[in-house]
Amino acid sequence: MELNSGIPGGPLADKWDKHRFEMKLVNPANKRKFSVIMVGSGLAGGSAAATLAELGYDVHCFCFQDSPRRAHSIAAQGGINSAKNYQNDGDSVHRLFYDTVKGGDFRSREANVYRLAQVSTNIIDQCAAQGVPFAREYGGQLANRSFGGAQVSRTFYARGQTGQQLLLGCYNALSRQIGLGNVKMHTRSEMLDVVVVDGKARGIITRDLVSGKIERHVADAVVLGTGGYSNVFYLSTNAKGCNVTAAWRAHKRGAGFANPCYTQIHPTCIPVAGDHQSKLTLMSESLRNDGRVWVPKESGDKRAPHDIPESDRDYYLERKYPSFGNLAPRDIASRSAKEACDNGLGVGPGGRGVFLDFRDAIQRVGDEAISQRYGNLFDMYQRITDENPYKVPMRIYPAPHYSMGGLWVDYNLMSTVPGLHVIGEANFSDHGANRLGASALMQGLADGYFVLPYTIGHYFATHKPEPVSTDHPEFKRVEAEVHERIKRLTSASGKRTPDSFHRELGRLMWNNVGMARTEASCKEALEKIPQIREEFWRDVKVVGGHSEMNMALEQAGRVADFLEFAETMAHDALTRDESCGGHFREEHQSPDGEAKRNDDDFCHATVWEHRGEGEAPKEHREQLDFENVQLATRSYK
Amino acid sequence: MKLTLNIWRQKTPSDAGHMERHELSDVSPDMSFLEMLDVLNEHLQVEGKDPVAFDHDCREGICGMCSLVINGTAHGPMKATTTCQLHMRSFKDGDTVDIEPFRAKAFPVVKDLTVDRSSFDRINEAGGFVSVNTGGAPDANALPIGKVEADKAMDAAACIGCGACVAACPNASAMLFVSAKIGHLAHLPQGQPERARRALNLVSTMDAEGFGNCRNYYECEAVCPKEIPIDFIAEMNRDWRSSVLKGGS
Repeated sequence: MELNSGIPGGPLADKWDKHRFEMKLVNPANKRKFSVIMVGSGLAGGSAAATLAELGYDVHCFCFQDSPRRAHSIAAQGGINSAKNYQNDGDSVHRLFYDTVKGGDFRSREANVYRLAQVSTNIIDQCAAQGVPFAREYGGQLANRSFGGAQVSRTFYARGQTGQQLLLGCYNALSRQIGLGNVKMHTRSEMLDVVVVDGKARGIITRDLVSGKIERHVADAVVLGTGGYSNVFYLSTNAKGCNVTAAWRAHKRGAGFANPCYTQIHPTCIPVAGDHQSKLTLMSESLRNDGRVWVPKESGDKRAPHDIPESDRDYYLERKYPSFGNLAPRDIASRSAKEACDNGLGVGPGGRGVFLDFRDAIQRVGDEAISQRYGNLFDMYQRITDENPYKVPMRIYPAPHYSMGGLWVDYNLMSTVPGLHVIGEANFSDHGANRLGASALMQGLADGYFVLPYTIGHYFATHKPEPVSTDHPEFKRVEAEVHERIKRLTSASGKRTPDSFHRELGRLMWNNVGMARTEASCKEALEKIPQIREEFWRDVKVVGGHSEMNMALEQAGRVADFLEFAETMAHDALTRDESCGGHFREEHQSPDGEAKRNDDDFCHATVWEHRGEGEAPKEHREQLDFENVQLATRSYK
Repeated sequence: MKLTLNIWRQKTPSDAGHMERHELSDVSPDMSFLEMLDVLNEHLQVEGKDPVAFDHDCREGICGMCSLVINGTAHGPMKATTTCQLHMRSFKDGDTVDIEPFRAKAFPVVKDLTVDRSSFDRINEAGGFVSVNTGGAPDANALPIGKVEADKAMDAAACIGCGACVAACPNASAMLFVSAKIGHLAHLPQGQPERARRALNLVSTMDAEGFGNCRNYYECEAVCPKEIPIDFIAEMNRDWRSSVLKGGS
C-alpha cells in the first residue's frame, strides 16, 4: 500500500490555488460522459452530488434513509465555523487554520486544514445564497457565537438546528438536480460492497431495503460520504442507522483505514438513564457559552444543587483553564468530567454526571433571553429527563459523538484505491486527534461543495476510465459474495438478537477503548472482540427472509461489520503508545492529568491495510510534517 | 409498567393488514416510545416472530423519520414532540395503546408502521429551492436581512418533513408542509425571483400526488412537532392566487 499524500509544493497559503491551476480539467461538453456514484446524502454527500450534477456529471446518489434529507448531518445543533472575521475580533484564515491544527493536537495534515480554513468563507456565502436562514442581528447582518477551542467568535448558526438548515440547503440543491434529471436518487438503498476492476473503484453492490433486491451499479468513480463509526460504542449521539459498513467494505477491498482510534467523546450529553437506553442525546456545545460546569466539592453532598453555596462548588473548568474556562476543547472538557466522577464527585443516578448551570446567566439576562438562545435545547432536555433546566441545573456526561479517524485520503480526497474518493466524516484528514466544535459541518460542506468537484475532474482527465458494464465478472463475483453473506445471516438459527451483540460489543469498547485506554485494556479488547464475533456467528438469530423489508437483517449486517472493525480500532489504540487529543492513554499523562504527546515517535497518521479476517492488519505510516506551525504542548490554561 | 399494545401489522403494501395485540410488562417510565417498541421487538425476535417494522433514525426529534399515530394522534399525546422524544411517563400502568402508521393515500404503507413519504421529496423537486449553482455567491453580509423577517423564514424552515400534518388532517392535506417550504423562501430576498413559480409548481405537484385540500380543521398545527403556525397556509394561498393571476411568472 503506497501512501502518497500529493500535497502540492510552495507556500502554505498558495498551495490550493496553485493546485487548482495545475489540475487537469474535463471539457464541459465531456462531463456528462463521466458517471459518479455518491454513497450518502448528508452535508458532504448531498453537497457533492448536487455540485457534480451542476457541473454536468452523471450522478447516482444512494442513501439508506427514506429521503436524502434525513442524513445524520441534520442533527448538528450548534453551528458552523468560518473565518469571515465579521466580528472584527482578530479572526483570519490563518487563525482558523492554527486553531484547528492545535485543537487536533497536531495530528492533522497542515495543507488540508489550511484549505479547509480558506474555503470556509465561501461556504457561508453559498449557504446564504441558497436561503439558509442563519441567525441575524437587527441590522440584518449575520450573527456569531463562540465555540470551544477558540477565542474569537466565528460560529454561524440557525437557532439550535444549524445542521438541519445547512442540510436542507444542500438537499434543496440536490432536489433541483434530481428534478432536472441530472441526479438519479436511490433512497432506502444500502451499499454492501465496492467493486474494484483492474485496480480502480468502478461500482457498488446495494440492497434495496424495501424489496431486498441485490443490485449492481457501475460508474467511473465512487465517492463515499458515509459518516462516522461512533456506533461501535452502541450508545452514542449518532443516529441509530449510522454504521461503518460502507467504509469497512471499502477497507476490505484495499482502502487504507487511518487512525481508527481517534474518536471524539462529546462533553455535554444527557447521562445514561437505564439499560433500555438506545442512544444518547447531545446538548449543544453552544450551551457552554452561558452554562457553567461544576460539581460539589465534597463527595456525597446530598443537598439540592441550588442549596449548595458558591463556596462548596468546584467550577473545575474555570479553575483549571482560566483563559478558556467552560469553552475548553471537547476532549479536555470530557476528560475533566470523567476525572470528577472517578473522584466520586459525580451527580445524579449512578454518579456519572456533572452540572451545567444556567443560574448566573439567567440572573444576568433573564429567562426570555436564555430561551431565545437555547429554548429548543432546554425543551428537549426537559422532555428526556423530566427536569426543568430553567430551575435546576442540567446534568451532563460525555458520550461518543464523532470519529476523526476514517479512510485515508490524499490531498485530492482519494483513498488508496484509485477512483474511490472519501469525503466528510468518513475520511480522516482534517481534524487530527480531536475535532473542534462547529468544524464538522464546515468540513463536510468544504469537501462536497469546493474540493471534490475540482479534484474528481482531475482524476477523470488523467485516468480516463475504460468502459465497464455490470456484466463484468468482477461485479458477478462481488455480488455472489454479498448474497453468500446475507444467506449466512438469514440462515443463522441461534438464540440472540443482533442488538444484544451490538450492546455487548459497545460495552466492551466503551470500557476498554473509550475515554481512557491503557495497554492492558486494549489487549483485553483484542482478546474479547474475536470471542464476541465468534459467538455472534454461532448464536445470532435473524428473523425473516432477505427478499422483503427486514430491519433485523439490516442491523445484523451492520453489527457484523462493527465486530470486525472494532478489532482494528483496538489495534490502533494499542499501537499509538502516546496520548493525543481524543486518544488518551492513561500511561501517558502529565502530573496534572493532561494528555502527553510523543512527537518523536508518533507524529504520523497510522494507516491500516486489511490482510484477511483473523489476521492482524498491516501498519503503514504517513509522516506529518509541520512547516508552518510549531509543535507545542497544547495549553488552554 | 404493564401495557397492552394494539399494533397495525401489514406484511406488504398490497396486504389487507390488521391490528395485533401484545402485552408488554417490562416498561420503564424513562424509556422513549421507540425504546418501548425496541423491547417488544427483542421479545418478538427471541420468540422467532417478525419484529414490528417502524421508521426511525436520529431519535432526537430532528431527522423527521419517525412517525406513528398513537391512540389516534400523530406523534402521540405530547405537544410539540416527535414520537422518538415521547417518553413512557406520558402513559399509566395498565394503559392500552393503539399504534398505527401515518395514513394517507399519498403515504402508502410499505410494511407495518413504515410508510412511503417520497411524495414530499417530489414536491420539493418541483421548485422548493433557490436556483443557484455552487460558486460565485456574493459575500453573505452583502444582502442584509432584518432579524424579524429572518426569524419568520426560520419559523417555516424548522419543518422536519415528518408528515404528521398529513396524518392528522381528515383530508390528508399536505398544505402545512408545502406552505412551510414556500414560506421559508418567501420571507427571504433570495427566494423572490422564483417566488411565483415556486408557489404554482409546489401546489400543483402536491395536488398531483393525491393530497387533499385544506378545510381549516387546524389539526395539522395541533400535531406539528415543530409548531409551524397555520398562518403559512394563508400566505401560501395568497402567493398562489397572485401567481395564477399573473400567469405564473
